[in-house]
Amino acid sequence: MLAVRNLSISFRMYSAGLRQHEITPITGLDLEVRAGELVGIVGASGSGKSLLAHAILGILPANARTAGEIYFKETLLTPDRQKRLRGKEIALIPQSVGFLDPLMRVGQQVRRAAYLSGANGSAEAAQRQVFRRYGLRDEDAERYPFQVSGGMARRVLVSTAAVGQAALIIADEPTPGLHPAVVAETLGHLRQLADEGRAVLLITHDIGAALTVADRIAVFYAGTTVEVAPAADFQAGGQALRHPYTQALWRALPQNQFVPIAGSQPPPDQLPAGCLFAPRCPHVSAACRAARPELRLIRGGWVRCIHVEG
Amino acid sequence: MSDMSLPAPVHRLATPFSNRRRQTLWAIGLSLSFLALIVVLGQRLDPAGLDTNLQARNQAPTWQHPFGTDWLGRDMLTRTLRGLTISLAVGVIASALSACIGLLIGLASATLGGWVDTVITWVIDMFLSLPHLVALILIAFVFGGGLTGVIASVALTHWTGLARLIRAEVLQLKTANYVQLSERLGRSRIWIARHHLLPHLIPQFVVGLLLLFPHAILHEAGITFIGIGLSPHQPAVGIILSESMRHLSTGYWWLAALPGLSLLVMVKSFDALGENLRALLDPKTSQE
Amino acid sequence: MKLLLFVVKKLARLAVLLIALSMAAFALVSLSPIDPVNAYIGADMLRVSPEQRAQIAERWGLNDPPVQRYLRWMGQALQGDLGTSSIYRQPVITVIGQRFTASLALMSAAWVLSGVLGFTLGVLAGGNEGSPLDRVVRWFAYTLAATPTFWLALLLLIVFSVTLRWTPICCAAPPGVLPEEATLLQRIHHLMLPAATLSIIGVANIALHTRQKLIAALHSDYALFATAQGEKRWGLIWQHGLRNIALPAITLQFASLSELFGGSVLAEQVFTYPGLGQATVQAGLRGDVPLLMGIVLFSAIFVFTGNALADLIYHVIDPRIRLGGGA
Repeated sequence: MLAVRNLSISFRMYSAGLRQHEITPITGLDLEVRAGELVGIVGASGSGKSLLAHAILGILPANARTAGEIYFKETLLTPDRQKRLRGKEIALIPQSVGFLDPLMRVGQQVRRAAYLSGANGSAEAAQRQVFRRYGLRDEDAERYPFQVSGGMARRVLVSTAAVGQAALIIADEPTPGLHPAVVAETLGHLRQLADEGRAVLLITHDIGAALTVADRIAVFYAGTTVEVAPAADFQAGGQALRHPYTQALWRALPQNQFVPIAGSQPPPDQLPAGCLFAPRCPHVSAACRAARPELRLIRGGWVRCIHVEG
Repeated sequence: MSDMSLPAPVHRLATPFSNRRRQTLWAIGLSLSFLALIVVLGQRLDPAGLDTNLQARNQAPTWQHPFGTDWLGRDMLTRTLRGLTISLAVGVIASALSACIGLLIGLASATLGGWVDTVITWVIDMFLSLPHLVALILIAFVFGGGLTGVIASVALTHWTGLARLIRAEVLQLKTANYVQLSERLGRSRIWIARHHLLPHLIPQFVVGLLLLFPHAILHEAGITFIGIGLSPHQPAVGIILSESMRHLSTGYWWLAALPGLSLLVMVKSFDALGENLRALLDPKTSQE
Repeated sequence: MKLLLFVVKKLARLAVLLIALSMAAFALVSLSPIDPVNAYIGADMLRVSPEQRAQIAERWGLNDPPVQRYLRWMGQALQGDLGTSSIYRQPVITVIGQRFTASLALMSAAWVLSGVLGFTLGVLAGGNEGSPLDRVVRWFAYTLAATPTFWLALLLLIVFSVTLRWTPICCAAPPGVLPEEATLLQRIHHLMLPAATLSIIGVANIALHTRQKLIAALHSDYALFATAQGEKRWGLIWQHGLRNIALPAITLQFASLSELFGGSVLAEQVFTYPGLGQATVQAGLRGDVPLLMGIVLFSAIFVFTGNALADLIYHVIDPRIRLGGGA
């Protein structure tokens, strides 16, 4: 359904005295999502996860430049095609009600999404139907975004994506700081959407949450994918995982050893020349520092590390 | 003309790969040279142009008299440049005074706090509760009009914006980590003021002062025009324009059009100078 | 109930403001070197003997200490008597009432015109950010902000009254006709140019603010999400932009009464339009202290009302305040 090949995103910035410089938050990123599959994208904040979502939808800010290719349904996604497909074939579930128009009633916003998705029939009927599906009452449609609670907000946001027939749904950090029951409910909704045959991309910093519903997990580090592994590998334990960063993430989980990872992710304007994880890696060697490793297929998962053996 | 607080022009990337730094420096250089030109020409131009020459009365603009001549045959270009120089001088004095008032009051409000802050906030509110022009007329009247009246009225009514800005800046700086650290290290208040506050406040002050000029000059011209400001013995641009009113119906358009246009260009130059300097000192306003 | 509380609060604030302002203004004018008796006598200066002057000063209580004078003035003001204008030889209240009626026509025409025009230009510019149209609007607005009001008035006068002869050169009515007796058509004819001047000047403010608000709205998270839903540029503006910028624009327009009043002073001077602005200039020029005091207080009420209305509109329209219960 979706394939991202060697994607890079850079921004031009101005600092004091109006001097120009460029930062590159995403470098050489690869990813694949199939129909009916839920892929979790996991990474710390600043690893470029949200930018990926914006790049797929073609809604990056004007001072951004991209390189590499994105394919949707086996055809290259050009800016023109993105314009035609977003809202219809590709839908976004944003982080919070902050992404809803503060002065428009939520029902109206869902109806607008239904209209833009190009669905047949009345937008109002579609909105009522999707509200019923997610346990929202008809009168909830009359509320303004500031009047909806955290849990209700999630359902409204999921409704905006589910009201249309989008084949790819990107959920960008859909469960920030929510009550565990609401998190579970929202993740359940995403799983349902995948089971209907849609491709779902779940972007989150919460690896534990992603593991409960994802088929596969892509691990982001400093703007690139270091590993794409079946979720089952995480259940199997640290040994099944391939990349040292993924293993460290796994060890940092509360149900495992709860060991934090030493050091911090490099900021986008100070990336190392070689492997991006080299400064924090226990297995680092001269070869790691010399060149960025390519993605390799090892034991049914992709990994970007020269030390892993099959 | 107005004293409304226009949103600062946010410089955006118009042409993606043009170098903004060079453009900004150019704009600053250009406005500075234009203003210098006015001052130098205003001083150096042959004063003979100001003499009455009844043979050359009411002439439309020609190469010899690019701005035409008035009803006494005086060269309007010379008069305009002289007038601009006077307006500029009055504007500079008044805005410098006003900026100093703003700085002192802003500092007092932020550092002394308590009832001083309350009183100052009230006084600022009171100033803002009057239409600016009414306040100008009132104060000019109180000072008996003339040069003192103009300078006092402009200086006493333009400080509020800068005072608020300085107050907010100091309050923000006071809570900054490094200032609090210095306090805990036992640095004196004067040391903190010199090393932490001044470096931040001076650019604010300079830009604030520059951005005051356009308003000061426009308001000086405005109250001079209505007759409460400078007297006809100090032929500022406001006087020239108010005199031109008597000759409008006769069709001598150049008496009003060209001096006013020069005033407009001068005000815009000051604006450009201030805005570009701000963009250079504070790229936050020009990010993206 | 909430509305009543709002009004009571605003009125209390206005009362405090007027007391403070009247004290400050009274203190200021009593410092003025201009002698109110001379100002009153004016051209009759030579025919008035020193004894008569002393009598006038005595009758006006000019020899009393300032505090006593202020209290007397205040006491009369509370009964609706702001004194007598020395220029117009009429009660200050009457002068202000008549003059303000004339100015109100001028100001409201300019206010509506500048609001509609400025908002439209702001939306066009902000919706096409960075385009040639945007650059033209921005340049135009910033240039207008640097334009002396009275000079613009002169230019319009030269073009439309002197050269084209479309509009009258001055006043509120044709020569020989009292303004009160002029027909509606005549009044509008005389109002056109001053109103045009005022509205052109007012356009800059509202256009630039609207443009900036719209750009901010189009760069907001909700606009980003709407774009992700397939919203195109004008759909974005129509669905979300206007909804979010209309309220700030309306309140800004109400809050701009201060500039409007200032502009009318200058415009009325150029067009010799017999409004409150012209009376302000005369009061300042000829030392009519009671009238000047009256105008200071009246203009403060005028500006305050504009700001209070702006506030009120927010409370009544914005659902976040109306339904949220917050202040």
